[in-house]
Amino acid sequence: MMAGLSIAITLLLVLLLAKPAGLYLYRAYSLEPTGLDRVFGPAERLIYRLGGIRPGSQSWKAYAAALIVSNGVMLLLVYAVFRTQAYLPLNPSGIANMEPRLAFNTTISFMTNTNLQHYSGESGLSYLSQMIAIVFMMFVSPATGLCAAMAFMRGLAGKPMGHFFVDLVRSITRVLLPIAFVLALVFVALGVPQTLEPSAAAQTLEGGEQTIARGPVASLLAIKELGNNGGGHMGVNSAHPFENPDAISNLLQMLLMLLVPTALPFAYGKLVGNPKQGRVLFVSMALLFVVMLGVSLTAEQEANPAIAALGYDSGQGSMEGKETRFGVPQSALYSVVTTASETGAVNSMHDSFTPLGGMVPLMNMMLNTVFGGSGVGLMNVLLYALMAVFLSGLMVGRTPEFLGKKLEGREMKLIALTLLVQPALILLPTAAALYAYPDTISNPGYHGLTQALYEFTSSAANNGSGFEGLGDNTPFWNLSTGIVMYLGRYVSIITLLAVAGSLAAKKAVPETIGTFRTDSATFGAVFLGTVLIVGALTYFPSLVLGPIAEQLTLKP
Amino acid sequence: MQLFASSLRISLVLMLLCGVVYNLAATGIAQTLMPHRASGSLIEEDGRIVGSELIGQTFTEPRWFHGRLSSIGYAADGSGTPNYAPSNPDLLERARQSALDWQAANPDVPLSEVPLDLVTNSGSGLDPDISPQGARVQIPRVSAATGIPQAELEQLVERHTAPRRLGLFGEPTVNVLELNLALREAASK
Repeated sequence: MMAGLSIAITLLLVLLLAKPAGLYLYRAYSLEPTGLDRVFGPAERLIYRLGGIRPGSQSWKAYAAALIVSNGVMLLLVYAVFRTQAYLPLNPSGIANMEPRLAFNTTISFMTNTNLQHYSGESGLSYLSQMIAIVFMMFVSPATGLCAAMAFMRGLAGKPMGHFFVDLVRSITRVLLPIAFVLALVFVALGVPQTLEPSAAAQTLEGGEQTIARGPVASLLAIKELGNNGGGHMGVNSAHPFENPDAISNLLQMLLMLLVPTALPFAYGKLVGNPKQGRVLFVSMALLFVVMLGVSLTAEQEANPAIAALGYDSGQGSMEGKETRFGVPQSALYSVVTTASETGAVNSMHDSFTPLGGMVPLMNMMLNTVFGGSGVGLMNVLLYALMAVFLSGLMVGRTPEFLGKKLEGREMKLIALTLLVQPALILLPTAAALYAYPDTISNPGYHGLTQALYEFTSSAANNGSGFEGLGDNTPFWNLSTGIVMYLGRYVSIITLLAVAGSLAAKKAVPETIGTFRTDSATFGAVFLGTVLIVGALTYFPSLVLGPIAEQLTLKP
Repeated sequence: MQLFASSLRISLVLMLLCGVVYNLAATGIAQTLMPHRASGSLIEEDGRIVGSELIGQTFTEPRWFHGRLSSIGYAADGSGTPNYAPSNPDLLERARQSALDWQAANPDVPLSEVPLDLVTNSGSGLDPDISPQGARVQIPRVSAATGIPQAELEQLVERHTAPRRLGLFGEPTVNVLELNLALREAASK
């Protein structure tokens, strides 16, 4: 009862924040001068001068090139930090340099907004690495995603593309940095540590020794959630009491994760000059979200039948891998939020969820359209929207149009390519892993397949949560998921920018009575149908072999 | 080449801003305004650290209230769980063993009153809390081991029960370390 009410209030808060945040985003990236320039202009001009940047508008190719090259430079810088952290300052716990293949994986993981972690934060990274490598990337990675989304939306709206570095800097100065800074301090007030002191040594009540790892956690935590990054300071992420001390910090984390992804549809509606275009996408995604949440809550409310049969009071539901302060409802909600927003933070162990409870995060990542991550989520949603328009066009035998531009062969080829890449990145390596490296899988039976499937789905969708029982710090997993994360991120960004560039260059066709409207409830239904049909056709067989088979075999 | 150079320059500037300035400013303000919280909410007694309010620790003797199962033995230099799938036979084996252990240590309390948080591994392996019911079912054992009357222990548990946040969010909890610190004080009276 209380749980239901608390979830309803959480979702209501998300709803209340989404529209104002979306309008703010629209203003923050405006190509025209706005009042925000007075506040942020001086700092931004200083950064442009230090960075040697001359603002202006770029072609889609120049924009994409700047995105890829700058991200590449950042990858090299951070890789260098990981490989030399033992020699660098701020390493009070004496942590060694990171092994090359693990550093390869970790660097790509954070640059691509995935934050898959094959190391453990407490023992694998110095405080300096946490700060100038991890936190740095936690800012620039979602900033890059936001840039891509803004450029894509401008292209669809037939506006100039903008300038990558200007968008990048604005993402940080106007959106990510101010919000993260305030929230970091709020998190400290709730109990999250923020210190450069080494681990504390405690003498326990029973007379044992306890070493308590801590560090600059709060500043990392704020941007981890706001930027849909998801990588934790601590190994168990937001299940760790230092990284999520109570239900209020838990609530704030969920609001932060959903802030940008739910705001973007409204920014999009404003940008294309028709708020209904954004609203219909928002409502469609919210429907998917509610359905997923319902399945997850129902599944997790049930205790493991085999354990319940031993005679315990099983009223709490599936408690293995969950924290007492969150219980089942807040854990299930968090798992849906973190995968819908492609964040990847966890406050409970998805590996130990009931099979169907664990399938929901997996499906969220496979569909990758239930809001989705910073910027790229909306791009993926618009990809499906374009697909839906195309399919509708085929059915009535008319050249499909989107926002007054004709969708033709070139765009549809790019879209089809993008749609094919993700399942290829998930299913092929999963099959390879099951065949060649079954020894890295920790749980027997059908669940083992789900573990491998989850890892590659999470990588390809740039989510970063995991079924963490997987023995994933091996050369195979480090290299394979590294490549999957890289391609999962950049292929779709480039192809979709190309689509936007191509559409922007076309002449607008006048709207007629025969135009298929993309701002109506009908379109919302077609959009949802497209998402579900494409998703089901692609992934249903693997879900049957994994979580569904496991659920059917659970017996008391 | 020009793109590469400006990429490098802007990356270094942003690394300085987001990596160094942001983190150090947050650390400085947090340490000045909220030193206890920012340093890990440590509990000190006579200048010695006995633990953190937020981090659980191992209790095995019958005279203490016990926390949740931890496959890492509450070693807080790390964190982790066994990540058992619900179908994992090892999980069932552990749950069976927990049932036997419970019956041996708490002959007066039937399994049907034992909530699942007492026999499952937490997410972090460091969970500082148990449910209020999880504390109450341990009262007969703790009372027998310490000689403190059950009624007094019930009051103690009541006092250390934290409600849902804002009356709504999360679950009611009992912080095991703080409860045991209070228990020790009660026992020394």
